[in-house]
Amino acid sequence: MALTLEQVRHVATLARLALTPEEEQRMATQLSAVLDAVEQLQSLDVGAVEPTSHATLADSLLREDVTRPSLSPEQVLANAPAKSGTSFAVPKIIE
Amino acid sequence: MQLTDLSMLELAEKLAAGQVSSVEATRACLERIQRVDSTIRAFLRVDEKGALAAAEASDARRRAGNPASALDGVPVGLKDLFLTEGLETTAGSRVLEGFVPPMDATVVRLLREAGLPLLGKLNLDEFAMGSSNESSAYFPTHNPWDVTRTPGGSSGGSAAAVAAREVFGALGTDTGGSIRQPAAFTNTVGLKPTYGRVSRYGVIAYASSLDQPGPMTRTVADTAALLQVLARHDPLDSTSAPVKTPDYSAELENGVRGLKLGVPREYFAEGMDPEVEAAVRGALREYERLGAKLVDVSLPHTRYALATYYLIAPAEASSNLARYDGVRYGLRAKDAKGLKELYALTRERGFGSEVKRRIMLGTYALSAGYYDAYYLRAQKVRTLIREDFTRAFQQVDALLAPISPVAPFKLGEKVNDPLSMYLTDVYTLPCNLAGVPGLSVPCGFTKAGLPVGLQVLGRAFDEALLLRIARAFEREHDFFRRLAPV
Repeated sequence: MALTLEQVRHVATLARLALTPEEEQRMATQLSAVLDAVEQLQSLDVGAVEPTSHATLADSLLREDVTRPSLSPEQVLANAPAKSGTSFAVPKIIE
Repeated sequence: MQLTDLSMLELAEKLAAGQVSSVEATRACLERIQRVDSTIRAFLRVDEKGALAAAEASDARRRAGNPASALDGVPVGLKDLFLTEGLETTAGSRVLEGFVPPMDATVVRLLREAGLPLLGKLNLDEFAMGSSNESSAYFPTHNPWDVTRTPGGSSGGSAAAVAAREVFGALGTDTGGSIRQPAAFTNTVGLKPTYGRVSRYGVIAYASSLDQPGPMTRTVADTAALLQVLARHDPLDSTSAPVKTPDYSAELENGVRGLKLGVPREYFAEGMDPEVEAAVRGALREYERLGAKLVDVSLPHTRYALATYYLIAPAEASSNLARYDGVRYGLRAKDAKGLKELYALTRERGFGSEVKRRIMLGTYALSAGYYDAYYLRAQKVRTLIREDFTRAFQQVDALLAPISPVAPFKLGEKVNDPLSMYLTDVYTLPCNLAGVPGLSVPCGFTKAGLPVGLQVLGRAFDEALLLRIARAFEREHDFFRRLAPV
């Protein structure tokens, strides 16, 4: 299945990736090749098959609902590229 | 023999007998790193100070007659995918450059509690996406057996450091073969435990339903000893299995007489390097000689594993990697106008081409209109692949197979052809999709002196049997004793 440049740009927008024109072109070629290769899955009849999302665990295991120590705000913010008080700073989005 | 040529357990024995100190062993590793790592390039960063402090503390415990574990004082390395408190962790990516975690991954905590000095962080394919270590944002790692070749990936730094005797053992992670393939490429032992056996808490996520940390060492007994430290139920990881940890060394020497070992016919497909096949077939004959019964088995959906993996893993990756947006940690595009541009530019500059390719593929597979045809269908085929294993294990105790259809390839050989690179994972991926354990043990060399690994696959939580099967072969052959010429 050949991906068009328009589809590549749409997927890049969904993935929040800015791609250069050269990257868009390369991505279209390489992703098309991979999608061609995965096309073989369409030949299997999976109508009655249940999907597997985790191989060995049937149910998610829940912890006791008790308070336990967590990271301090200082630790959480220690790696922030920009911060303001006890918050992460981002470019202004509301005028 | 150099101190660094010892296995983990040989060193542990000398530490226990007081013949050598942990500080001496750690210094020997640091000197070895100093001497060979400019050629091998396994380390992203060495923590000399931290390792020596841990070694001194270990020696003090030994002197007081109070070692923390059997491996107390044995220095090891960590793939740079494990969070290490106070020590930069990058996942091999520019997007996490400068990130200093506020906490340890559970397995890192377990290693520290068991007294193993941590020598530093080892190179990997960016976010563990790759089969050759060439997608690291920093530099490729070289194979100690032939420095023009790849050590495999994504735990190639861990494998190369173990093979080059820079560390006594290391931790890797295996999402589609990333412990077993580099182990096979470097003549080391690598174990991907059952999904849920070893905690993933604090391991930077690639594909959460497939990722599993595990040990990489030079002998099977070392792998058993290291797994003994790591295998625990972890309440901090909701996918960690609440199962008992057996004594992995107890049955190691019991041999394979009477065992039924399956040989899946789909794992010997056309296109396999004849020298690799010859080494693996030689190992199969050896098991017969040792008293195991070889059984021809079929895993009919094996041919669909590659396509299934390359839909499921990128889909999970596209979701997991959404967190790298320039807001909370790592790189930020400083010149972005507005929040959307901040996300897009940060990710454009922070991620390498393999990561972008997988994010794009995953986003496409999950997007409206394609979800059912790609992602959901792949999850259903995953069920069929898992059922193949369940059926096979009703007939046999374990499976024997090749790890990779090719021997270690040249750096640069496959880097511009993603499909050809992906094909090298064809025999390792089904194990991750099924969640079962898999192990790679050295089983021979090509004429050019390149290592070949044998894969042992088993039932869920049956790591002890895999180790016993691998040990039976290791006892008869000295492949594992050969040292890389570096």
